[in-house]
Amino acid sequence: MNDLGGASVWLRGIGVCGSELNTWPNARAVLRGEAPLPAQAAPIPLCPRLPAAERRRASKVVNIAMSAGLEAVASAGLDAATLATVFATSGADGENCHAICVALASPDPGDHLLSPTRFHNSVTNAAAGYWAIATGAMASSTTLTTYDGGFSAALLEAYAALLTGTPDILVTVFEAPYPEPLHSKRPIGSSLGVALALSADAGPGRLARLPLARLRLALTDDMPDRMASGSLEQIRCSSPPARGLPLLDRIARGHHGIIRLDYLDDLRLAIEVEPT
Amino acid sequence: MEATRRALADGRSGLTHWRVDQSGFDTFVGPVPALSDLRLPERWADWDCRNNRLAYLALHQDDFADFATRAAARYGARRVGVLIGTTTSGIRETEEAFTRRDADGALPPSFRYRRAHTGFAAADFVRSVLGLQGPATVVSTACSSSAKVFAAAARLIACGVIDAAVVGGVDTLCGTTLFGFRSLELLASTPCQPFDAERSGLSLGEAGAFVFLERSAGAARSDDILLLGAGESSDAYHMSTPHPEGLGARLAIESALASAHLSAQDIDYVNLHGTGTRTNDAAEDKAVTGLLGRRVPCSSTKGATGHALGAAGAVELVISALAIQTQTFPGGVTTTRQDPALHCNFLRAPQPGRVRRVLSNSFGFGGTNCALLIGAAVP
Repeated sequence: MNDLGGASVWLRGIGVCGSELNTWPNARAVLRGEAPLPAQAAPIPLCPRLPAAERRRASKVVNIAMSAGLEAVASAGLDAATLATVFATSGADGENCHAICVALASPDPGDHLLSPTRFHNSVTNAAAGYWAIATGAMASSTTLTTYDGGFSAALLEAYAALLTGTPDILVTVFEAPYPEPLHSKRPIGSSLGVALALSADAGPGRLARLPLARLRLALTDDMPDRMASGSLEQIRCSSPPARGLPLLDRIARGHHGIIRLDYLDDLRLAIEVEPT
Repeated sequence: MEATRRALADGRSGLTHWRVDQSGFDTFVGPVPALSDLRLPERWADWDCRNNRLAYLALHQDDFADFATRAAARYGARRVGVLIGTTTSGIRETEEAFTRRDADGALPPSFRYRRAHTGFAAADFVRSVLGLQGPATVVSTACSSSAKVFAAAARLIACGVIDAAVVGGVDTLCGTTLFGFRSLELLASTPCQPFDAERSGLSLGEAGAFVFLERSAGAARSDDILLLGAGESSDAYHMSTPHPEGLGARLAIESALASAHLSAQDIDYVNLHGTGTRTNDAAEDKAVTGLLGRRVPCSSTKGATGHALGAAGAVELVISALAIQTQTFPGGVTTTRQDPALHCNFLRAPQPGRVRRVLSNSFGFGGTNCALLIGAAVP
């Protein structure tokens, strides 16, 4: 199977924040075998685009999502202020969730009153809210939670939006580890955000920069692709955003072909990648 | 459906008083009492949590599960998606598990992250119970979650990824939302009174509502309801306070009208988000009256149901569909005197009328907005 047929969309920019792969240029060099995989995960930068009050309240996952998203938008040459967005995460802000559960489990009722910031940071769409405040984007935004299949679910959501009238869209998939005791029940590797800026068409005059690739999507029974390198395969399995590594790998290498990503237990996403 | 229809017709509220003993405050909630004793069949025992119990209960009302299973046989299980809205999923189990940490701080072995805690558990469970094999996801955008699933499913149907979808929402009472809204001073100590001059906050509810969405096939039955349009937007203003002029809400409603190729005068009734907080109702009033004028009948049914958070959008879409099927405007039954500063035509009691097209609003934390437009298949 080398051709999925059907409608295509254009990948215009990639952002990578956190883990050993931090930033798309770094990740690309590692995936192409031109640079070694760093031994340590990169620190998470604070997002400079947030207003001071929000910057104080924004948690690690918000900064991961923002940094990855902004990198993808900048490299695509798109305007974040007018862009529709899809966010995906399985656990959202795990440190915040932990703190709420500890507070509510306290025998002292005085501890049960959560701070307002703690509560509003608990919504799965907190990153989307901070993103909109930072960029001024009033366009449509959604936040999906699909366990380990978030990368494929978000891509499918974006694909459907692009085929039904949304001109450009940003997909940001992010995850950070829980503290114990939740970490033992849901182990996540390094904090990671992966963002893709996508457009519905690449018509003449529309794009200032050449897109990275043309993508076609289809559902498949095929098993998901694995990474050839053992350490990269370990990363792929360590978090929902990392499940998108086979796509990044294909883009980095610039080869035309079909890759398959994890999605649900009995369903995977096939993507035909045609680099431009 | 019949119980809901009757309660709406009678103008009854399901909110009951709850003294949160330990913390010494009073609130009103819309609980589903059957959940405490409900046991899932052995096959699904591993999924047991209050949220999945409610999903199971709701799926088996009104022959919905049978209907969905029959439809899946017709379309092929792979061609039917599952898109569910929830905000807290099984977090109540996690809260409880944290009280049973062992000496090393570990959670009890019975704690199940994937089947109960995580947001996706809601869609995963519904897909499993109904035997569906198509794409699935949970939308978790606070209180717009189960409105947005309609828009997302309609897009997947429109571009041919699926032929139909089970959409809906399920959310249950838990400590996180009870104490969270309390900390924001957004919980009313009386039954919530949307759009009332004396409104003092929201009342929490729990609910599950599911809808089978499929491509309209031309020959609609007279009681079919059409999803005419949907609009989504972001406030880009504040994490927990709506834009004071309701700009984001207005954008969502405008976009819903545009997608349905309808104009303001085509709307017969607005089911408001209407939570009963000072700022939410004021912002929504500006958005609605600014776009639709002051004449169109409006009400918030949260005085009857409580605010079911991630399930509110789906519950209110069902209530909006009932309004069309019964040709009756639902009432805002706990509201006694409309705030003179709010100018929409707020109905406090149910009343008969011509209801062909309904706008249903859902807004949430993070500045998320979704407006859905539905209409009678046969005018």
